Amino acid sequence: MKAIELVGITKTFGSVHANDDVTLDVEKGEILSLLGENGSGKTTLMNMLAGIYFPDAGHIFIDGKEVLIKSPIDAFKHKIGMVHQHFKLVDLFTAADNIILGEKMPRFSIKEKSQQYKHQAANEISALDANLDEKAKKKAIAKINNKRNLKICALPFIKFVKAVAFNYLPRNRAKKLQKIADQYGFDIDLKKKIYEMSVSEKQTVEIIKVLYRGADKLILDEPTAVLTPQEIQKLFAVMRKMRESGKSIIIITHKLNEVMEISDRVAVLRKGKYIGTVKTSETSEKELTEMMVGAKVDLNIDRQLPVDPQPRLVVEGLTVRNKDGLHAIEDVSFTVNGGEILGIAGISGNGQKELLEGIAGLQHVESGNIIFYNPKENKPVTFFHNDLKQVKKKAEIGMFHYPDGTPVDLKGKSNKEITKLVNDEQILYYENEVIDLKHRTPREIQELGIKLSFVPEDRLNMGLVGNMSIVDNMMLRSYRKGKSVFVNRKRPKALADKIIDDLGVVTPSDMTPVRRLSGGNVQKVLVGREISSSPKVLMSAYPVRGLDVNSSYLIYNLLNEQKARNTAVVYVGEDLDVLIALCDRILVLCGGKVSAIVDARKVTKEQLGLLMTKMPETVERYEYAIPKDTKTETVETNTEAEVKEEESNDKQ
Amino acid sequence: MINNKIHEPLFHLTKRTSVNAKRAWALRCGAFIVSILLCAIITLIIVELNNQRLVSEGKAVDPYSIGQYFDDFFTGAFGTPKVVWGLFHETAILLLVALAVTPCFKMKFWNIGGEGQILMGGLGAAVAIQFMSGKASNASTIIVSIILAIAFGVVWAVIPALFKAKWNTNETLLTLMMNYIAICLVDFFISSVAVRNQTGKLNFLNWPGTVPPIGPADFAGRTYILKIVIVAVITTIIAIYMKYSKHGYEISVVGESPNTAKYVGINTKAVIIRTLVLCGVMCGICGFLLVSATSQTLNTESTVGGRGFVGVLISWLAQFNPIFMVLVSFLVVFIQKGSAGVALWQDGFNATSYSSVMTGIFFFLIIAVEFFVNYKLIFRSDIQAKIDNFNGKIKFAFTKKKNAEGSAILQDTNGEEQVEEAQPQIVEIESPASDETEAKEEE
Repeated sequence: MKAIELVGITKTFGSVHANDDVTLDVEKGEILSLLGENGSGKTTLMNMLAGIYFPDAGHIFIDGKEVLIKSPIDAFKHKIGMVHQHFKLVDLFTAADNIILGEKMPRFSIKEKSQQYKHQAANEISALDANLDEKAKKKAIAKINNKRNLKICALPFIKFVKAVAFNYLPRNRAKKLQKIADQYGFDIDLKKKIYEMSVSEKQTVEIIKVLYRGADKLILDEPTAVLTPQEIQKLFAVMRKMRESGKSIIIITHKLNEVMEISDRVAVLRKGKYIGTVKTSETSEKELTEMMVGAKVDLNIDRQLPVDPQPRLVVEGLTVRNKDGLHAIEDVSFTVNGGEILGIAGISGNGQKELLEGIAGLQHVESGNIIFYNPKENKPVTFFHNDLKQVKKKAEIGMFHYPDGTPVDLKGKSNKEITKLVNDEQILYYENEVIDLKHRTPREIQELGIKLSFVPEDRLNMGLVGNMSIVDNMMLRSYRKGKSVFVNRKRPKALADKIIDDLGVVTPSDMTPVRRLSGGNVQKVLVGREISSSPKVLMSAYPVRGLDVNSSYLIYNLLNEQKARNTAVVYVGEDLDVLIALCDRILVLCGGKVSAIVDARKVTKEQLGLLMTKMPETVERYEYAIPKDTKTETVETNTEAEVKEEESNDKQ
Repeated sequence: MINNKIHEPLFHLTKRTSVNAKRAWALRCGAFIVSILLCAIITLIIVELNNQRLVSEGKAVDPYSIGQYFDDFFTGAFGTPKVVWGLFHETAILLLVALAVTPCFKMKFWNIGGEGQILMGGLGAAVAIQFMSGKASNASTIIVSIILAIAFGVVWAVIPALFKAKWNTNETLLTLMMNYIAICLVDFFISSVAVRNQTGKLNFLNWPGTVPPIGPADFAGRTYILKIVIVAVITTIIAIYMKYSKHGYEISVVGESPNTAKYVGINTKAVIIRTLVLCGVMCGICGFLLVSATSQTLNTESTVGGRGFVGVLISWLAQFNPIFMVLVSFLVVFIQKGSAGVALWQDGFNATSYSSVMTGIFFFLIIAVEFFVNYKLIFRSDIQAKIDNFNGKIKFAFTKKKNAEGSAILQDTNGEEQVEEAQPQIVEIESPASDETEAKEEE
């Protein structure tokens, strides 16, 4: 008998078919992987099993019987438990409290019990010895009735005591919980408060919660996304133990290696449609990829060696406190060079957000310096960032020289002449501009002419305005330009149309609210806008989160283009494979501190995983030790050719 | 094998992801018509009961019918040119209040203190008139009363804004409470500072230094054209300000997403204070117009008379669009005046209370219909099939009628439509609701 059987499940969200005629079954005591790209309908399908959505069509069979799951309570009745991607726990409670939270007291009906006592008494009376004389019989009946009445009278008190014990004496249940935890080999202290716990511990609590409530069909929604490789192994060990004890497990994931490792069978969804189920032992990663993405996709990210890496952004001893006054980022120092991609790895919530927001001026920086080197050396001064007064002032300090190398002296020159010189690009900078970004607001940074672009993590909450059209979102950064009281929508419209064309944004029109676009298209709009200003520094936080393979590669290519433009790119990512394949160097954050800066070309996933969870005794700091003339020696011959080719391309 | 009747709930709700504008406005217009009909039915019942009472008391009564009701209703709203002027004037004043609070609401600053802000504006004007009338020239009195009205209104609007910007206090509570302080201040002014006559009431009627009558007057000698022109100008300015100015753009960004506003470097605090100053200016002008021009008196009951709150509703219902606000405030005043017209001919009807009840019914239905604009009911599949079939028949009849008229325009000219034409009874047709809208399951 199948534990779960789904037949012809269909679910639409408007015109989008999230699930289209999906048929799926799970045996008892097996682990089934549900594989598919982002947006292929895995979570939607499982949410229908868990009672969060109601299917538009189709039937669900549990243990061979058709059932109707209208709410999570129904799902719980059928012993289905789901561990969601985002945990639903009360931070201030202990793990044990969280697990027993919301548990209903066993049914205790006074009416039923009293009925039962009455029946019992009646039976006893009828079973009395018929030979007894009248008097003894009466006495016996009276005795039975008294006993019955006493029992019935005591019922409310018993209920009260039971309720009190249930609500206020949860100690023995904590013992029961620990027993469950030990049985499956969870290594966890259930007396710990949730806010003291790591992500993996929180996940364990969620799993124990589901088990405690008697579920024997577990759904785990991307459980490995937030875990380190070591923690993943622990989780898998637990899952195997659960399988041995006869539980059925569905694990949602899009990581192929995990699928191969843990599951008995794999069911693949693509764009809401059911593609097929295969036995893990009879398949390969390659076959699964083909099932998952349909046509073959080139999975290689093109990575060039950084060309002429010069420090662009230097962060020294940066410390940022979060809302609760705790150190989110503590004494973080690193350098981002122009022309490289610096990856930032770390378990989510280890200070990535605060680091980027601190640099962008969105969070108060407690201490430390953020120094920006504006690459101005031998570049002409423009009126784009300076007005006439500033040019004069800077010339007085001696910041400029003429193309022939003589210093600029503007004394005795009329404003007209100076304007002409500047417009003819005759006045050049001697050195790079050095600007401290500490304690500057985003607006000040913008007004200083620093092209710092930032693609934040939460696109629709920060970065874009969901209810505004694509055009209006384009001018978020630039609407202030000009002295007019009114906004000019001409340029933003042209930019919007260009981005829609260049990046292939799927939208009915450029006036469509961004909220209505799919995740990938929203991201294209945001990244498109941020790189349209040809930034000197581009910071991106989880830019491919929630995107399908093709959109992800588009984003990687855009980042690589920026790198080729000599932009300093910061990439905060969660997928270690991508970080290793895309970045030049990787900075690993652990508890808000830098645990290492490593060469992405040499590091392995396991090393990164270790660095993410544990501060090493000595912090490695990999920097480019490649002076310009020795580059040819350190680089292999074939890549050297590439570099030269790229250099010549740059010159062209 | 599988029994659908057991395994499906009777109906479930889904949220529409995209709202069809035509359908939404059709629903809202429908709600307006239904609200008037409902008012008519309720009125007929009340009048019938009232007549029975009068007959039992031995009084003669006129027969009453639904035709009579609509006759009275339209006479009340459009009966004479003077009534029409009154209608437009009241529309203009309500529109001004709605416009004043709109920028705040667009910014998600829930300013429900319009009432108090207007009252303070009126107080400002009253102070100037009280102390300057007859002593200074008329022109200077008017100018000073405008300035004082605006200053008072701005102060009353900016106080909650400062609190919000500085300490992030709850603006809803603060603006509401400020209303009551304003009422107390006005009472204090009337009773302790200003009153010169025996009645204990303030009366500036035809005092020098108030706004003189301009244009045609109604039966009470009041004139309206000036105020209507002023409000028309302000409406245009605000519509342009909200849609095309940088300030308007900033207001929407701050309202829609405070984080994004921070991200692009908008000074949210400055925007809040600036917007509330604008609101205060408009409320001040409104107060000035009410005290110096329309009613030429100041009291806490009827000078503003709840317009501050009705304005909030109008702004909401028009979805913060100044042009729709013109329509909505007109409809509200239409119902108010029409109901007052009905009440006029009924013995024992209080015109103010009665029209409040009727306006309440209107608002109730208009707000309720928003639910159906945003959500969709899906019935159990067998019932839904019957409904779809019924809708299909209506659609079929509709298209047939259109074809008969000679216009071959079909609603959608896809193949399914043609099949439907050939065999209307057999083919299951999607309901109009389900083919035009996208539904999303509510969590």
